Amino acid sequence: MKIESSLILRAAGHFLLPLLIIFSLFLLLRGHNEPGGGFIAGLVAAAAVALYMFSMDIQTARKILYVDPRDLIGGGLTLAVLSGVPAVLQGKAFFTTLWWPVTLPLLGEVKLSTPLFFDIGVYLVVVGSVLTIVLNLAEAEDHD
Amino acid sequence: MNLSVALPILIPLLAGAVSLVFWRSHFAQRWIGVFGTGALLWAAIVLLLQTWEEGIQVMHMGSWVGPFGIVLVSDLLGAIMVLLTGITGFATALYSLVAIPREHEKFGYYPLLHLLLAGVSGAFLTGDIFNLYVWFEVMLVASFALIILGGERAQMEGAIKYVTLNLFSSALFLSAIGLLYGITGTLNMADVAVKLGEVSGEEQGLVSVISILFLVAFGIKAAAFPLFFWLPASYHTPQVAVSAIFAGLLTKVGVYVLFRFYTLIFAHDTELTHTILLWMGMLTMLTGVLGAAAQFEFRRILSFHIISQIGYMILGLAIFTPLAIVGGVFYIMHHIIVKANLFLVSGLVYRLRGTYELKDLGGLYRSHPWLGLLFLIPALSLAGLPPLSGFFAKFVIIRAGIEAEQWLAVAVSLLVGLLTLYSMIKIWNEVFWKAAPAERTEEAPAYTHQGNSLLMYYLPIAALALMTVLIGVFAQPIYLLAEGSAAQLLAPAGYIEAVLGVQP
Repeated sequence: MKIESSLILRAAGHFLLPLLIIFSLFLLLRGHNEPGGGFIAGLVAAAAVALYMFSMDIQTARKILYVDPRDLIGGGLTLAVLSGVPAVLQGKAFFTTLWWPVTLPLLGEVKLSTPLFFDIGVYLVVVGSVLTIVLNLAEAEDHD
Repeated sequence: MNLSVALPILIPLLAGAVSLVFWRSHFAQRWIGVFGTGALLWAAIVLLLQTWEEGIQVMHMGSWVGPFGIVLVSDLLGAIMVLLTGITGFATALYSLVAIPREHEKFGYYPLLHLLLAGVSGAFLTGDIFNLYVWFEVMLVASFALIILGGERAQMEGAIKYVTLNLFSSALFLSAIGLLYGITGTLNMADVAVKLGEVSGEEQGLVSVISILFLVAFGIKAAAFPLFFWLPASYHTPQVAVSAIFAGLLTKVGVYVLFRFYTLIFAHDTELTHTILLWMGMLTMLTGVLGAAAQFEFRRILSFHIISQIGYMILGLAIFTPLAIVGGVFYIMHHIIVKANLFLVSGLVYRLRGTYELKDLGGLYRSHPWLGLLFLIPALSLAGLPPLSGFFAKFVIIRAGIEAEQWLAVAVSLLVGLLTLYSMIKIWNEVFWKAAPAERTEEAPAYTHQGNSLLMYYLPIAALALMTVLIGVFAQPIYLLAEGSAAQLLAPAGYIEAVLGVQP
């Protein structure tokens, strides 16, 4: 797909991609107690890559992903399901939340938890499925 | 903590996720399919044994105690249904090894199959009405994708009807959930049952409205009269392994929910609902069997017979005596195995002759006598001939009808049994007995790229046929199982106590 994109869009695409990805990670991490979470963060990240695709072209967009979006779906789904397992190993009901407080330099105490891994899984599934659809549609149009 | 209740949902979910990870390798996906469904079958057997020995099993997901959290509940009916899911899933996965074309595997047949099984098991095990809705959607989304896999014109046509009516039913389901939540303030099934027992007189009318809304919604899902059109329009279009699992499981989820709701939740005012159910059951039986009589395509005949058989199960629920419920549960057990098997047989016939049209088929008994026998077992069982499973299923329901003095229902059941026999004999005559049409004598395999081994076709068919015979021969233990589940259904206090931990 060769899009006659404007100079403004091309220039903005370069800057917006990292910003939007960071914003999506911010949404992902704040999602536990405040609005946000894996689903919406995944949509933002997918939108960022889609915007990049419009400003550049499909091959470049695929290249910055490093992996095939379909791998993200499988990996994310597996991670989400497995995030319920640690509770079982401790003899609790499936999906019972477990907390692991970790003290990091600079950041202070960070609470890792199983819902975080569930959310990351959701994030990957959403990014993977939206991009699979978008990239395939763009390529199908390309073939016409 | 009771992991075995969650396993029948987790295993197919995990198997689906892992087969997505290996989406490049068809080989890995096939064997994840076999082992995943095999593990599901094993988990289902464990769950049924545990439920039989220790009573109703409950698991509070994420340690959030009901009625606030989502509970998974396995009573005998739920456990039996999960076991049937495991059996059908495993048989289909084996069959799929040879019967699913490579292009379909490429478009995600196996992940979708696992997702479908997870949705079905989830619907059987959940104790929360909204969670039930979610599992229904999981199941439907997977089935939408499976039904159009391959993208042929006939499939699209069938899928539009299938999707439209099912979405309509989901919308009704959701509205009914909203109303129910408005009255009771809870969606935990056990809690709803308690709260509905306490509603004031003026709200009783609204409760009846809600119960009818649910009845219509699940009537559509179960393909009951008068909203069954989507089923014969769509079930003959996808790959036969997909047809088999749809035919065996999907409509039965609707029937299961009817059994659950109209014994547990809407059991206070049975006058209205169960009269409607009675007529619904009888008309479903009649229209289904008459529709089948007019068909001359293998899978279309079988599709119409799903509808008529659904009628028997609903009849069992409608008569609402202990014996009738036993009959209904027995019928579900018999029907799922037999129906899935008949579809698998039709797939093997297609593999051998390349057509489903009865007029183009013939002479198969001469060339494949064993296949003829393997067709006759489920076919005659469906028609209700002793000593096969269908005889006992029909016998219990008709006996219950006589005891309840529902003479019309008894007459309809007997007539429908006779017409079923007519349809099955029609298939037997056309496909197996008559001489093959001249231009079709040589084998015309539909697809040969999966190797030519017929063993993997015969294996699941023979195993399911054996099960049909065994259910007939060992009817007593199966009857005891059905009796146990009926006793639990008719004494909802036990279910409520198991879930909420209090005496209602």
